[in-house]
Amino acid sequence: MASVLVYLDHPVVPLSKPDRELLTIAAAHGDAVVAVGVPSVENGVAEALGEFGALAICLPTRELDQFLVAPKAAFLATVVQEVSPSAVLLDNGFESKEIAARLGIKIFSGVISDVVSVGEGFTATKSDLAGSYLATAKVTHGTPVLTIKPNSVEPQPAADPELPEQVRIQCPETGTVKAARITRRDNNKPSTRPSLTEASVVVAGGRGVNGDFSVIEALADALGGAVGASREATDAGWIEHSAQVGQTGQVVSPQLYISAGISGAIQQKAGMQTSKVIVAVNKDADSPVFEIADFGVVGDLFTVLPQATEEIKKRRS
Amino acid sequence: MHTAAEAPLNIVVLVKHVPDTQFDRSLTDENFTVDRSESILSELDEYALEAALQLVEAAGGKSSGGKVTAVTMGPDQAVNAVKKALQIGAHEGFHLNDAALAGSDAAGTSLALAALIRYIAGDDGVDLVITGMASTDGETSLVPAQVAERLDLPQVTFVSSAEITYDGDAPVLRARREGATHTDVLEAPLPALVSVTDQINEPRYPDFRSIIAAKKKPLHVVTLADLGVDASAVGFAGAWTTVDSAQPRAPREQGVIIMDEGDAGIQLVDFLESQKLL
Ligand SMILES: Cc1cc2nc3c(=O)[nH]c(=O)nc-3n(C[C@H](O)[C@H](O)[C@H](O)COP(=O)(O)OP(=O)(O)OC[C@H]3O[C@@H](n4cnc5c(N)ncnc54)[C@H](O)[C@@H]3O)c2cc1C
Repeated sequence: MASVLVYLDHPVVPLSKPDRELLTIAAAHGDAVVAVGVPSVENGVAEALGEFGALAICLPTRELDQFLVAPKAAFLATVVQEVSPSAVLLDNGFESKEIAARLGIKIFSGVISDVVSVGEGFTATKSDLAGSYLATAKVTHGTPVLTIKPNSVEPQPAADPELPEQVRIQCPETGTVKAARITRRDNNKPSTRPSLTEASVVVAGGRGVNGDFSVIEALADALGGAVGASREATDAGWIEHSAQVGQTGQVVSPQLYISAGISGAIQQKAGMQTSKVIVAVNKDADSPVFEIADFGVVGDLFTVLPQATEEIKKRRS
Repeated sequence: MHTAAEAPLNIVVLVKHVPDTQFDRSLTDENFTVDRSESILSELDEYALEAALQLVEAAGGKSSGGKVTAVTMGPDQAVNAVKKALQIGAHEGFHLNDAALAGSDAAGTSLALAALIRYIAGDDGVDLVITGMASTDGETSLVPAQVAERLDLPQVTFVSSAEITYDGDAPVLRARREGATHTDVLEAPLPALVSVTDQINEPRYPDFRSIIAAKKKPLHVVTLADLGVDASAVGFAGAWTTVDSAQPRAPREQGVIIMDEGDAGIQLVDFLESQKLL
């Protein structure tokens, strides 16, 4: 069986859901082979990759972690030469898309991003124009390189897992000299909430919260969700910029998106309109957000949200 | 493409024409008062242009010989994006206009743009290629990365600040990128490609004088033949991907809207329960 190559920048245990999803898709279409961006993996990582069907792990001969994109694409191109996979799969984060893009040029292959499902012969269904279109696309030249959105498949452990073999692959010497580097990294305040793009519930607040995100956070916590925001709220400094949902923020597609005190401008919608269920709370009945809401409350978020939070706690206890 | 440290800063900004219809004016709010019916330059590219202008100004402005060149590719009306960029402050414009470009995918688009940038660079070189973040368009994170790959440039993307510093004699781009879990300081030797977010600056607006001045600025229209690019390498013929079908997602239907009469929070939870979301 031909192999399918999965690139995971720096996998850790427990494997993230997107990592497990990529392995699941790879294993469904061939022998899953993983390439990583670090010269060695921590204890337990090889076993964890094996559990989801990885048969081999390709490691670079040097640390690529502090570099951006170009040297990783160069390494991956070498792996493709050695392994001759029938496709290369990456996640849909911006850095992975850029690695995929550069890899495509290096190996003369078409690249498809924002893939939501992979079919026979690596036909890809992709979401286009902020999720308002679904297109079926195919790579017609070279080895298909696909970047896959989270929540595209239910992770499936392998039926009979093996401990994958570790193979060291020589990094091309060129590349790192002219590469962009990370010279300093400051970690944001760690959060106990799920990450915005992977969360199955997002509760988002806008200008209507008027500086006070506590009611948004309380509802998010009652639902085990992440906290999002409109640009008005992040620009005002009420919450960190990384919480921004929309055209110039994060694009999310959770099971449930609760929008509170957000008018629903076109740039906000671009980041959330593919959510499965949308609930909106806004005191203005004419707010455009109600046009896309499955359930809308015309009311004050400062009374509606706490009441809902209390009710959820009550029903759960 | 290299340029010496003392040499004038040469920046190319990739700009894109967006049809007016992209803006659903009935959805705008009071913060969206810029007249979008006149907006023919993607608003995200305005941040890229502003960043370029500020970098050239920081390096001594036009008198230092620094230059911002706005470039686009596309059909006739795409030239409007370059014209607008010249009005805002770009010094020179290029429009790659060729019928053979129709149907280009990321690979073909990046091939043509890379050839155009090489053509502009000529003997002087280009120090920076700047793009907007343009996250609404399916292929946009692919195109800048592929342009960088084809020109063998490092890339630094989605930055919220950018400055040029010197490592001895060698110019270095230093930038900041704010991510979901961390904020990075990034460095890349010039020449480099950089994409900027809407957090980086407040774009300026053209005034009457700059609009008049723009009419005298050089605006070149070039074809693939001028760039020495074979027509079969771009467009439908040169594409490495095909789109077999595309359907608009079924529009979301408006659901139930209730007025809060004291128990809306409870009804909201009832709704979540009915959808098995609890
Ligand atoms: C280039 C560009 C990029 C952009 N990118 C983004 C983006 O990525 N994401 C984004 O969100 N925006 C983005 N915007 C901004 C966007 O155009 C809107 O300005 C923004 O989304 C509005 O935020 P808002 O809904 O919080 O504020 P407003 O539009 O001011 O709406 C506030 C809402 O709160 C309601 N409200 C007030 N008080 C209460 C209360 N007590 N209870 C209930 N409801 C209440 C009001 O009725 C109103 O509908 C971008 C704009 C530009 C130009």
